[in-house]
Amino acid sequence: MTNELDIFVGNTTLIDEDVYRLWLDGYSVNDAVALRVRSGILEQTGATAAVLQSDTMDHYRTFHMLERLLHAPPKLLHQLIFQIPPSRQALLIERYYAFDEAFVREVLGKKLSKGTKKDLDDISTKTGITLKSCRRQFDNFKRVFKVVEEMRGSLVDNIQQHFLLSDRLARDYAAIVFFANNRFETGKKKLQYLSFGDFAFCAELMIQNWTLGAVDSQVDDMDVDLDKEFLQDLKELKVLVADKDLLDLHKSLVCTALRGKLGVFSEMEANFKNLSRGLVNVAAKLTHNKDVRDLFVDLVEKFVEPCRSDHWPLNDVRLFLNQYSASVHSLDGFRHQALWDRYMGTLRGCLLRLYHD
Amino acid sequence: MPGKLKVKIVAGRHLPVMDRASDLTDAFVEVKFGNTTFKTDVYLKSLNPQWNSEWFKFEVDDEDLQDEPLQITVLDHDTYSANDAIGKVYIDIDPLLYSEAATVISGWFPIYDTIHGIRGEINVVVKVDLFNDLNRFRQSSCGVKFFCTTSIPKCYRAVIIHGFVEELVVNEDPEYQWIDRIRTPRASNEARQRLISLMSGELQRKIGLKVLEMRGNAVVGYLQCFDLEGESGLVVRAIGTACTLDKLSSPAAFLPACNSPSKDMKEIPFNEDPNPNTHSSGPSTPLKNQTYSFSPSKSYSRQSSSSDTDLSLTPKTGMGSGSAGKEGGPFKALLRQQTQSALEQRGGSPHRFCRRREFPFFTLTAFPPGFLVHVGGVVSARSVKLLDRIHNPDEPETRDAWWAEIRQEIKSHAKALGCHAVVGYSESTSICEEVCILSASGTAAVLNPRFLQDGTVESCLEQRLEENLPAGCGFCHIPYDELNMPFPAHLTYCYNCRKQKVPDVLFTTIDLPIDATVIGKGCLIQARLCRLKKKAQAEANATAISNLLPFMEYEVHTQLMNKLKLKGMNALFGLRIQITVGENMLMGLASATGVYLAALPLPGGIQIAGKTPNDGSYEQHVSHMQKKINDTIAKNKELYEINPPEISEEIIGSPIPEPRQRSRLLRSQSESSDEVTELDLSHGKKDAFVLEIDDTDAMEDVHSLLTDVPPPSGFYSCNTEIMPGINNWTSEIQMFTSVRVIRLSSLNLTNQALNKNFNDLCENLLKSLYFKLRSMIPCCLCHVNFTVSLPEDELIQVTVTAVAITFDKNQALQTTKTQVEKSLQRASTDNEELLQFPLELCSDSLPSHPFPPAKATSVDYSSFADRCSSWIELIKLKAQTIRRGSIKTTVTVEKASPMNEGNFRNRSAPPCANSTVGVVKMTPLSFIPGAKITKYLGIINMFFIRETTSLREEGGVSGFLHAFVAEVFAMVRAHVAALGGNAVVSYIMKQCVFMENPNKNQAQCLINVSGDAVVFVHESELEVVSSQPPTANCQSSCPGGDVTT
Repeated sequence: MTNELDIFVGNTTLIDEDVYRLWLDGYSVNDAVALRVRSGILEQTGATAAVLQSDTMDHYRTFHMLERLLHAPPKLLHQLIFQIPPSRQALLIERYYAFDEAFVREVLGKKLSKGTKKDLDDISTKTGITLKSCRRQFDNFKRVFKVVEEMRGSLVDNIQQHFLLSDRLARDYAAIVFFANNRFETGKKKLQYLSFGDFAFCAELMIQNWTLGAVDSQVDDMDVDLDKEFLQDLKELKVLVADKDLLDLHKSLVCTALRGKLGVFSEMEANFKNLSRGLVNVAAKLTHNKDVRDLFVDLVEKFVEPCRSDHWPLNDVRLFLNQYSASVHSLDGFRHQALWDRYMGTLRGCLLRLYHD
Repeated sequence: MPGKLKVKIVAGRHLPVMDRASDLTDAFVEVKFGNTTFKTDVYLKSLNPQWNSEWFKFEVDDEDLQDEPLQITVLDHDTYSANDAIGKVYIDIDPLLYSEAATVISGWFPIYDTIHGIRGEINVVVKVDLFNDLNRFRQSSCGVKFFCTTSIPKCYRAVIIHGFVEELVVNEDPEYQWIDRIRTPRASNEARQRLISLMSGELQRKIGLKVLEMRGNAVVGYLQCFDLEGESGLVVRAIGTACTLDKLSSPAAFLPACNSPSKDMKEIPFNEDPNPNTHSSGPSTPLKNQTYSFSPSKSYSRQSSSSDTDLSLTPKTGMGSGSAGKEGGPFKALLRQQTQSALEQRGGSPHRFCRRREFPFFTLTAFPPGFLVHVGGVVSARSVKLLDRIHNPDEPETRDAWWAEIRQEIKSHAKALGCHAVVGYSESTSICEEVCILSASGTAAVLNPRFLQDGTVESCLEQRLEENLPAGCGFCHIPYDELNMPFPAHLTYCYNCRKQKVPDVLFTTIDLPIDATVIGKGCLIQARLCRLKKKAQAEANATAISNLLPFMEYEVHTQLMNKLKLKGMNALFGLRIQITVGENMLMGLASATGVYLAALPLPGGIQIAGKTPNDGSYEQHVSHMQKKINDTIAKNKELYEINPPEISEEIIGSPIPEPRQRSRLLRSQSESSDEVTELDLSHGKKDAFVLEIDDTDAMEDVHSLLTDVPPPSGFYSCNTEIMPGINNWTSEIQMFTSVRVIRLSSLNLTNQALNKNFNDLCENLLKSLYFKLRSMIPCCLCHVNFTVSLPEDELIQVTVTAVAITFDKNQALQTTKTQVEKSLQRASTDNEELLQFPLELCSDSLPSHPFPPAKATSVDYSSFADRCSSWIELIKLKAQTIRRGSIKTTVTVEKASPMNEGNFRNRSAPPCANSTVGVVKMTPLSFIPGAKITKYLGIINMFFIRETTSLREEGGVSGFLHAFVAEVFAMVRAHVAALGGNAVVSYIMKQCVFMENPNKNQAQCLINVSGDAVVFVHESELEVVSSQPPTANCQSSCPGGDVTT
């Protein structure tokens, strides 16, 4: 006796969160059943393995049918085939678009192309995430990217509007889109210690301050592309390190202000010129696409690592950066105060976030 | 020109991509009604076209309005080749034809294609302007309301319940026409869908005409079925109960929308009733047994009223010819007694009467209180027929005659039980190749039209409770003469009132009467059975089937009886026995809800007896089994909370009685007197069922008894509307359909193996349901409806539709009881008048088989009721007046504290009050817990075909059917929403025919569903200023409300 056909259809579509998670994680029906058995559900409910198998199949079928709609979440809201309470719809969407930290770290900043998709095998092996789940996550990134890439208006709002994601998840996707578009390098070994959250934080600051949208909210691609003009202007900052007087003055201002307040004062004093040169050179290099991509590598190499090797406490880094940015206002010979603030305000935030073990 | 239909096509959305090159679609719409077609402009290059068309106007007869569906076709314009169809929408405009239902149909409808399923949606607005037409010979019956609900709809009051209406129409099945060989599957499916839609429209119109002829304005318990007879044609048949309904809110009597012959209404009831004194002709004192003469020989000649005479004089020919014969003939109103005096008393409401036509059948399963006086037993009849081609669709005489024959048989069975009416009546067929089993069943009953006339009928549940028969035991009392019982039964005095006799067990097809006193909770009881049959052709096949049927019925009955006793219960409600015929086997599936009726005696136990003596180990085995059974009974009693109050000292002892004492019982007093000989009767009640486990068959039976696993804790199940013993429903409901098909391995096809497979199939299915719905615990599966079919040699298909309803475990509210108690005194005063009606019954004794023996082509399987009397469990009622003095209330009144009442309210607050627009609830029940139905919008009756030639790509058979069932639900919901409704009640999936051909990667499925579209309002919203509690509750009961972090 075999079940040729076995279905259950409710007027309200039944969604089992546990099974949904297993499905999203890319487990086959049999693996999912095995995992459910292991969770002790049979003992709790007195069900048999056959019941569990049939239940899992049913849910998988439902999810499979829902997947098409999940690709365009507004469709899920307007479709008539599945009657799902709004709270459940939100759950379905949110979970479908959720991604694994391990996975996103592999893909962040890469071109969302066929080539990358081919590498998913390796990513799957490396991260232990099933290939199926990797594909879903990758396709989600790509789908969101395609839809919002050339859209006018706030990136986060666009994502929220077209994919009905929660604010947090929409912000994460904004970061992913921003990184993918600018192709920031995140995979280098020295960047491995950084989490997706660190990058997302930086992305948000950069979107707010360094993109076209920061100055003009009526242009295409405003949140996705960096403000080219601004990047060109950053060359002007070079004077801060190129002009020896200015550099010395800057250093003395910072040192005076921080004397006695910094645990690592002597190290700071000894390194000031290197650090300042590093930060200003990063700015000056941003005119080249290649260097834009290496932004995070440079920041870590030129600032984070030197400080870390001298064992700066985070608080000292904060005091230093605050003073370092603020002191420029007292440099009478320096005319690009606004530019400096736009650059340093964001960079300071990023650096503080990036500075950890 | 009695009607103008106006249609506007507004927009489309989510259309499929029809042009691969542009990934877009150039869509336009054809709107067709009858032979007229309009088209919209082509909306270029869009998947969300905005047509915003003008109003397309069709000027049509109201006859066409009733028959024809509005057909909307969405197409993709193609300049160079033929336009491609995207899909269709059929809209039944019938709901717009009643004055008080929907006024406009407006909304998004799924665009459906029989090959691709749902492909986008279309927004349509439909209106109808009806002109009054005074044509007396009109063929339309606009304005007659139809309800699938098998009780008086909630916001109506029954002024008159007229009785049975039936009709059938036949046609050739397009699938089997020659043209089908050359047309596409899509064309063929659409032809079928359209034809069936037309036929059901026509059928409904014809039934409506009959209702108007009876001076009614509504059909309640309307059940329409399709018989796909294959080569021999397509039959659409319907039965229902004609009523005159009165909307509760409006005191004025409702008049049918078009041309109601209201001026006649007052006259008709009287003109055929020359003996207005019927009322006084019978003594109002107890009539004792003579009242019911169930055998012609003993016919008690009393002054019979004119209507009796009428009935017996009615030409028998009328019965056979069904619809056709009656329409032409003079209107024979067979009026039940209607006394002048009663009318005068009532003052001004003269047309409350219960008139019967040739078949005193009622498709209702729940009744206004007092309407049902006594319940007989289940009566059923089956007949095996050989199908032949229907030559002339306009004269469906054969099919009509077949049904008339069966109904006649049912009627005579009812009479044999001393009953004049059959309630909870239904008909069904099972077809395999050219053999067809026709089945009809119902519950023999004695009804009380007087009570109806007294104006106490209120259709609202709340109001119903006000009027009640005393103590809720009246319907259990036997109606027949115990000296001449039509079958051996063991009678005792009613455990409730102690005055009247009751049988030991009661089987019925109706819902538990609302006033019945039940102890504990009920449960779903199923008997399952398979019998192998040799493959045979034509007559040989029919004969083989006829020969098998009696044994099947007997075994099904035995199984039911055993399972009932095992549950420690004594009555079955909602009994439905389905016999399905296949190529090489017959399947029997009986479902019912077991309860413990306080009025009936404690059920006896089950005794196991072995016939091999002197075998130690064997004896041991037997006693082991016995112990197991006794334990199960004890466990079940605990599980279902069956603790009847101790009436006499010996009740609780061993469930195994001494068989010898039985005989005494049978001969107990023939005259029920008012003196109660209480203790005497307690003996016979413990009539044990003895199972002999000599042969393997019996062993199997015993095992199968014990293998039925009770539902997990927190779950209850029943197949009736209401779960006995639970009435504190909360408002979360989940209707579902589950389908399973198993393939039997052909190697070991023995009856035992078959039985086991079938049993496992059903049990596993139930287990799956319990598991799936575990998040709703505590909850009850109500109206569990199993359907079995045998699509192929080795395939068994089981389809289940039911609704899970949550309830509040903490509050065993017994509110009904308080109300019952309250009404006792009042109700009893009216009882004097109960008896007239039944009297006439007995005298209209008709020959039980007015039809000649079956023709060569048909094998008549005459009713089982005659032969196997144990099968019919009857309860008869005595036509005795229940006098006030004799009422003993044993009802324990557990008053619900105000506290509980309050909580109950709160709990019943809608969990989805905040939900988005467009949520449509569906339920097979006639009500929605925690809500009040404010308006009935019309009947939903839809038929869909879905076919695929890429079965694997659509996820195999399960994927295919899963999607289709979901689509059917979606289309039902969309239609209801477009009518302005938010729920479907009395929803039923009448047919789910699934065929597959995996080798060709093909499958086809036909689904037919129906129900009543309604508007409901949550009770909490009705209360004017409902403050915080409901809202707070609302939030907490929305699962996963805060998922969006």
